[in-house]
Amino acid sequence: MSSATEVRRPRRRAPGTGRPRPAGGHGAWFLVLPALIPILVLSVGPLLYGVLLAFTDAQSGRTQPTRWIGALNFRDLARDTLFWESFRIGLVWAVAVTAAQFLLALGLALLLDQDLRLRWLARALAIIPWAMPEVVVGIMWRLVYNPDAGILNETLRDLGLGDGRDWLSGLATALPAVIVVGVWAGMPQTTVTLLAGLQNTPRELHEAAAVDGAGAWRRFRAVTWPALRPVALAVTALNLIWNFNAFALVYVLTSGGPGGRTRLPMLFAYEEAFRYGQFGYAAAMGCVMVAVISILLAVFLVGRLRGGEDA
Amino acid sequence: MRTPTAARAGQYAALLAYLVFLALPFLWLVSTAFKPPRELASLHPTWIPEDPTLANFRQAFDEQPLLQAGLNSLAAAVGAAVIAVLIATPMAYVMARQRGRLTKAATGWVVISQSFPFVLLIIPLFLVLKRLRLVDSVPGLVMVYVVWALPFALWMLSGYVRAVPVELEEAAAVDGAGRVRTLVSVTAPLLAPGIVATALFAFVTAWNEFFFALVLLKTPEKQTLPVVLTHFIGAEGVADLGPLAAAAFLATLPSLVVFALIQRRITSGMLAGAVKS
Repeated sequence: MSSATEVRRPRRRAPGTGRPRPAGGHGAWFLVLPALIPILVLSVGPLLYGVLLAFTDAQSGRTQPTRWIGALNFRDLARDTLFWESFRIGLVWAVAVTAAQFLLALGLALLLDQDLRLRWLARALAIIPWAMPEVVVGIMWRLVYNPDAGILNETLRDLGLGDGRDWLSGLATALPAVIVVGVWAGMPQTTVTLLAGLQNTPRELHEAAAVDGAGAWRRFRAVTWPALRPVALAVTALNLIWNFNAFALVYVLTSGGPGGRTRLPMLFAYEEAFRYGQFGYAAAMGCVMVAVISILLAVFLVGRLRGGEDA
Repeated sequence: MRTPTAARAGQYAALLAYLVFLALPFLWLVSTAFKPPRELASLHPTWIPEDPTLANFRQAFDEQPLLQAGLNSLAAAVGAAVIAVLIATPMAYVMARQRGRLTKAATGWVVISQSFPFVLLIIPLFLVLKRLRLVDSVPGLVMVYVVWALPFALWMLSGYVRAVPVELEEAAAVDGAGRVRTLVSVTAPLLAPGIVATALFAFVTAWNEFFFALVLLKTPEKQTLPVVLTHFIGAEGVADLGPLAAAAFLATLPSLVVFALIQRRITSGMLAGAVKS
């Protein structure tokens, strides 16, 4: 990266003999349009339309025309205790999964950065959760958690740790059980990204620090972490957002049950829109979720800018 | 650097725990897929089926239109991957080589679009596709997948473009090649591996996608594999474990194979996009 800029710098030319710009001028528009049009029509447009819908009483299969009702949906939403409960569950889930993913992945990335024998196996296995359809991950863990024929309860019975239980149906155990699955599903990707970040750290710095007699923790604080920080920040911010918006995994595992204990905001909004047909109200939920996510993203960008100044 | 033996042992123990956590659920899925009903009903399940059978696979195909679902998934994933890469490559090129307002806006959009709660997108899309009579059709789903795949396709591809030295293009220009000629004969061949990796990644994500497919596809014969898989789980959450595991195992294989082929390139592509943007 830095070497590329260094190569280019001395080649500054006199005005008028500037380098030919491979995609400059009006040609750029011609190259951009094929992607830009679908983005505008099928992504930006619907998004704005979605925000508008939040201010209407749009419902599915209704004969009367949709009316503009101002902030009424948001007023109802503010009083909707079920939604806020789901929002709280979403935050607990997102923070717990992201934190566990990060800590475990960081430990593993540090481990895999070492010269260990089974490293290749860890890398090979890491592909499984990453490439698996989320629906299959959910199904697979249902088999693991199965109260009678599942391997988890069987292992607990073998170890003499009680008779096991129905993890996904228990009011107290459902959310933790689902969080474990979320961690399992997302950890490899986080690990691999952090590992790539680690391997961009100059080796010499580590060796110099070791020669200076720095212990493992000091080396981590002084050398590893500063270099890893931008990657770690980006990964954490994205994971928080993705986890908050999670759907398929929990839909398959519990459908939001028992008693709404695992009903993430996306599940709530999905049911509101496509089971009860309340498009306007569900769109308002989406808007509230976007607002929260934007705050998370802003925090991330500010942190990233600050990290950029050090570099 | 030398590591004391005790620390080494600790490291291996941690690594082993990680491998067990990663591998066991998947091995359990595979084991369940090959177990006869008698062993599935046993109160003391075993890791290795004593009497392995393919009956679960046959039953899975009998119970649900798995073959049709697989073909639907294939059509949706291939369609999305090919179209997404075809229209993303030129724009990714511009994003990588030009630092204008458009580039900044596009890059910003790539980041923001990663954070949409899809429910805000799917309600209007559902209404629009319904009006166009594209709900409950694979082409409608492909349209959604293309737009959904575009952000990371742009991200990865522009990373790959930056890895192609500008100097090569300049040299071709000095030699008298026009812009299009330069792109086609110099840049494109160097980009080819990156383009293939991006397309395969788009394929895997579309193959695995569930939410849009769940909302848009209603008729069983038109649904994709992930949606059909959920039909194995009954309304009461009671499932026929053997066929469920068998079908889930089959649905995973294509993405596992493709992903194993391109995993390294994906990581480097994502990082290239992230680090250099």
